[in-house]
Amino acid sequence: MSQHAVRPTPASPTPPGGHLLEVRDLHVEFRTGEGVAKVINGVSYHLDPGETLAVLGESGSGKSVTAQAIMGILDTPPAHISSGEIRYSGHDLLGLPEEQRRQIRGKEIAMIFQDALSALNPVFPVGWQIGETLRQRLGMSRADARRRSVELMDLVQIPAAARRLGDYPHQFSGGMRQRVMIAMALAMEPRVLIADEPTTALDVTVQAQIMDLLADLRRNLDMAMILITHDLGVVADVADRIAVMYAGRIVEHADVRSLYRAPAHPYTKGLLNSIPRLDQRGGKLSTIRGLPPNLMRIPSGCPFHPRCPYVQQVCVDVVPHDLVLGDGRTSACHFAQEVRDDRAG
Amino acid sequence: MTAPASPTTVRGETLLDVDHVVKHFPITQGVVFKKKTGAVKAVDGVSFQLRRGETLGIVGESGCGKSTLARLLMRLEKPTAGRATLAGRDLFAASGGELRRIRRNMQMVMQDPYTSLNPRMTVGDIIGEPFEIHPEAAPKGSRQRRVQELLDVVGLNPEHINRYPHQFSGGQRQRIGIARALALRPEVIVCDEPVSALDVSIQAQVINLLEELQDELGLSYIFIAHDLSVVRHISDRIAVMYLGRIVEIGTEDEIYDRATHPYTQALLSAAPVPDPDAREHRSIIRLRGDVPSPADPPSGCHFRTRCWKAQDICAVQDPQAVPRAADPHPSACHFAELRPGP
Repeated sequence: MSQHAVRPTPASPTPPGGHLLEVRDLHVEFRTGEGVAKVINGVSYHLDPGETLAVLGESGSGKSVTAQAIMGILDTPPAHISSGEIRYSGHDLLGLPEEQRRQIRGKEIAMIFQDALSALNPVFPVGWQIGETLRQRLGMSRADARRRSVELMDLVQIPAAARRLGDYPHQFSGGMRQRVMIAMALAMEPRVLIADEPTTALDVTVQAQIMDLLADLRRNLDMAMILITHDLGVVADVADRIAVMYAGRIVEHADVRSLYRAPAHPYTKGLLNSIPRLDQRGGKLSTIRGLPPNLMRIPSGCPFHPRCPYVQQVCVDVVPHDLVLGDGRTSACHFAQEVRDDRAG
Repeated sequence: MTAPASPTTVRGETLLDVDHVVKHFPITQGVVFKKKTGAVKAVDGVSFQLRRGETLGIVGESGCGKSTLARLLMRLEKPTAGRATLAGRDLFAASGGELRRIRRNMQMVMQDPYTSLNPRMTVGDIIGEPFEIHPEAAPKGSRQRRVQELLDVVGLNPEHINRYPHQFSGGQRQRIGIARALALRPEVIVCDEPVSALDVSIQAQVINLLEELQDELGLSYIFIAHDLSVVRHISDRIAVMYLGRIVEIGTEDEIYDRATHPYTQALLSAAPVPDPDAREHRSIIRLRGDVPSPADPPSGCHFRTRCWKAQDICAVQDPQAVPRAADPHPSACHFAELRPGP
């Protein structure tokens, strides 16, 4: 990536057979004055070096909270991790003291957010903000940090980087601000980049530019990426695997192509059917009836059962386990195979 | 619910005629003695017609002027120049009783269902408020019944008339906004990004509702959105805006399958397609740079600074949105041509 060999050798290499990042049976609840909201209810996923995992879900599904738990930036209170494990190249992150977690945050795992305008500090020039990490964490001199900031801004294709170093966030367009934030995230050359709705606030032509940039960087720097999004189109464009979340659970997990070809969970199927398509017009859109559940009162059995067209008595009574469908696919539905094979639905 | 004012009129007649509408916001300097130092050309000569019963989609990226256009049509902003008529009445010259009558006939649904409803009013008061301004639309005694009818029409429980907005989800709140817009039985509804704040599974419900209402009540919609797939789904005709101007306008097929303006082609190519198998076959047109500031738009064609076809003529001569040889729908490009097939 650069002349600077800033990446230290990782604390311990990925154990043979282990994953780079692994979330195991994570439970997070928000303890509020009105009661306890069970926001994450047993989420497990993993990430291997160099791959892109999309975590897809609607508002309140827990997709961002899981990422915040990995980063160690949950607001506690109200958020509490009640059980589970997060392992990063052999370390149990939740068991580490804060000082060691700080070493991993940013350096090994970095995150970019949806709203670059509020994620950047409005009263400091962007060059100073990118350089701050380098000075604080790597102990670079001001001049070195400045030089490296220009390199990073070049890397994320900000035109005339050297001249724009002294500009403030408000002087950049939305797309350029997002590039600044990506540059900051890359400053420490992380091995994992978590992108939380990185293009949701951007226009389509700019969105295409940013997704291209992220894909190039991921390839060239050999990073792994977790892409958190609600946009089925963006997922289809860039992801290798996808985990679909609903009410704090992963309801379906598959490689992108098989999932789009034959979704094996009624919620995924409903989502795919309810989006209007650019290449076809009109007709009535099929919908998912009802509303997502209140996380303080999650329905019994399968949390999706009140909205599900395949619902049976067993769905009301029994929480479905992840059914393994082969090729590493899982679906948390009692009728996963039927749903997958039902091409009409 | 009863049919709108004139159910006998033929579908296809022009209901709203917008002619070279311009809105420039002055940029001023100084505190006491304000001096005009420039202008943000938010809407820069826009013309189109809306026919009865049709949906005209307006797409464009942020800053293209689509929301300012909506506010002009609603008379929330005063135009700098231009004319518009709604069912023969002059929209911009009207005042007093005439303006009230026009407004009764054209209503708006806003983007954000969280901020566009007053949190201290009950749903019944929100939907019934238009009757305070237009008492002739529903006699006092029948208002509650009429509000309940409206709740029913948009798929909400009429018994929830005394609830407050925070007791409803985002999608339900958008239904409340739609009920309020329907209260005065308008012929035209301007929808400004009505589903972009909603989750995917809720979006489809609201789009279906808007389409059902159109069929039942013969409404005409101006549907402003940035999501190209949603616009294609709901619109009969589509206008594409860039930097204050309409660069291309046509039927849904003409725009999506036979676009001749480079900006439209770039916009369509950049929209993500929910099909991983299409990944390899897609050829995205990558535009250079950012949208220029509307305070200082490029001379001639506004798009020329990002266009791969730009020639000297583009800087000098403003291309007009007229039918082009490549396809007979209006396209504002000197070099309008169909995109070669994939």
